[in-house]
Amino acid sequence: MTSAIQADGLIKSYGDVRALDGLSFSVEEGTVFGLLGPNGAGKSTTVKVLTTLARPDEGRATVANHDVLGEPGRVRRSIGVVAQRSGVDRDLTGRENVKLQGHLQGMRGRDLDRRVDELLGQLGLADAASRVARTYSGGMQRRLDIAIGLVHRPRVLFLDEPTTGLDPEVRAAMWQEIERLKDEEGLTILLTTHYMEEADQLASRVAIVDRGRVVAEGSPAELKASLDGEAVHVELDGTSVNGNVEAALQGVHGLRDVLVEGRALHARVDDGARAVPAVLAALDAHSLPVTTVTVARPSLDDVYLRYAGRSFAEADRTSHERPDAASPPQNAGPDAPRK
Amino acid sequence: MTALSDSWALTVRDLLRLWRQPWFIAIVLVQPVIWLLLFGELFQRVIDIPGFEGGDYKQYLVPGVLVMTAFFSSGWNGMSTIEDLERGVTDRLLMTPARRWPLIVGRLGQNAVQVLIQSLVIIAMALAIGVTFDGGVLGVTALVLAALLLGTAFAALSNALALVARQEESLIGAVTFLQLPLTFLSTAFMQEELIPGWVATVADYNPVNWAIVAGRDAVQSGTDWATVAGYCGLLAAFALACTMLATRAFRAYQSSV
Repeated sequence: MTSAIQADGLIKSYGDVRALDGLSFSVEEGTVFGLLGPNGAGKSTTVKVLTTLARPDEGRATVANHDVLGEPGRVRRSIGVVAQRSGVDRDLTGRENVKLQGHLQGMRGRDLDRRVDELLGQLGLADAASRVARTYSGGMQRRLDIAIGLVHRPRVLFLDEPTTGLDPEVRAAMWQEIERLKDEEGLTILLTTHYMEEADQLASRVAIVDRGRVVAEGSPAELKASLDGEAVHVELDGTSVNGNVEAALQGVHGLRDVLVEGRALHARVDDGARAVPAVLAALDAHSLPVTTVTVARPSLDDVYLRYAGRSFAEADRTSHERPDAASPPQNAGPDAPRK
Repeated sequence: MTALSDSWALTVRDLLRLWRQPWFIAIVLVQPVIWLLLFGELFQRVIDIPGFEGGDYKQYLVPGVLVMTAFFSSGWNGMSTIEDLERGVTDRLLMTPARRWPLIVGRLGQNAVQVLIQSLVIIAMALAIGVTFDGGVLGVTALVLAALLLGTAFAALSNALALVARQEESLIGAVTFLQLPLTFLSTAFMQEELIPGWVATVADYNPVNWAIVAGRDAVQSGTDWATVAGYCGLLAAFALACTMLATRAFRAYQSSV
């Protein structure tokens, strides 16, 4: 199998903030590869480097066998990009948007016209094609972004947080569309997301990104299987949490990877059904009341927890508090949620 | 060829966007008329100043207002670029194989069409209020050409600034800071013989004044074509330099992404 995307030791800093810190991965042709990580992990910066928009400080990368620094023009001809921020021109109609993009990709005449109509039909925008994009719903604009990205029949498609900010139904429809692109068009797709279930559902391989590095890589099943046993999540009663949670649990047999974040307690055990009573008893003995307990097969959330050393929700939250020197002035930063 | 065709496609895009903003079109068309009528009325006694040559101030004013209009409206050209930056459109365009200069030249094309239309409105209005153009069609063409070159230069500068500053407030500040001083440090409203020496000296280096002097000379009788061509050449060189600067500004932008 040849790799459609190859990133080797990418490093990029914005001021004092190191957005990429030796990030490496490769994507096989014709597969969906998920870059999974919280906001600020470096996913969008990775996409910007691979799509020739930004230059890495160090490292190299090839896309469709072309070096992103040496042959940016060839890379640009081979890729379609659906950026985190929509690139739709809201004052043009759907058709005008797609047509202009096709033109800039070197397409002309009837080939272009036919391709534009075909895409607008496929993406369910045929009826709205002559309307100004300003009037489109969020989901429609996203589909128009995809049409724009696909007009020149690229071999590699970048989808940067394609479903962020969309309603659940619209997200489900978008997932179907992405599945279709992989199955019917044989595209290589690099998908970045901070939705665990999105990576789980769509990607055949996933790289978990944290603080600009890949901390774990494999198929979702492999990653989950790498965590033996089951995950236990305990929500403590907020009024009485103290520093003794870890101490309280020290005596519980078979409890591993204990992590306390505020009122949340995460741990893994071999047999959840047997461990839970012991955990509850230990917490009760230390006067730590419990609100909820859940036991489950490891999810990608647990995989993230294991490899990044903090829970996904926590990482996502702190990334919002971090002063983000990585931001272009007019926006909130490379991995910030869309406005 | 591809790059020229890309430029044209982008010009059409910007014209479509303009066309879909009826209020903006109304302002673009009405404003120059207001300048012409307002200044013509306000300053009509200027001709009574000893030393002012010519008997009708409106006659004197038309080239100045035409050039000033081109200068004013072109300065705002970078606002579309800021909007594109904010909307993610610039990033999308930069990720296509298109060369960088058509992304600027496309925008300058739209600006040129706008300046041309505004110029024609002013000329039509001028004719309606009795102004005569002794230089004939050729003279008027040279006047509009000078305005177009000046507009192109400042539109390119506006885009360069947009790509570097990337904030509406900065661009608005810079444009308003430059507009009135550069307009008044010229012979737009007052003959060179009547303005203070230092203003005349500064005006010699002011591209706005180059366009006014060239344009006014072209529409008068007894045009000195060498002077007109000289100023137009200077303006063309200035416009080219500004366009190259704006194209380079994409690098500054991309290094910040």
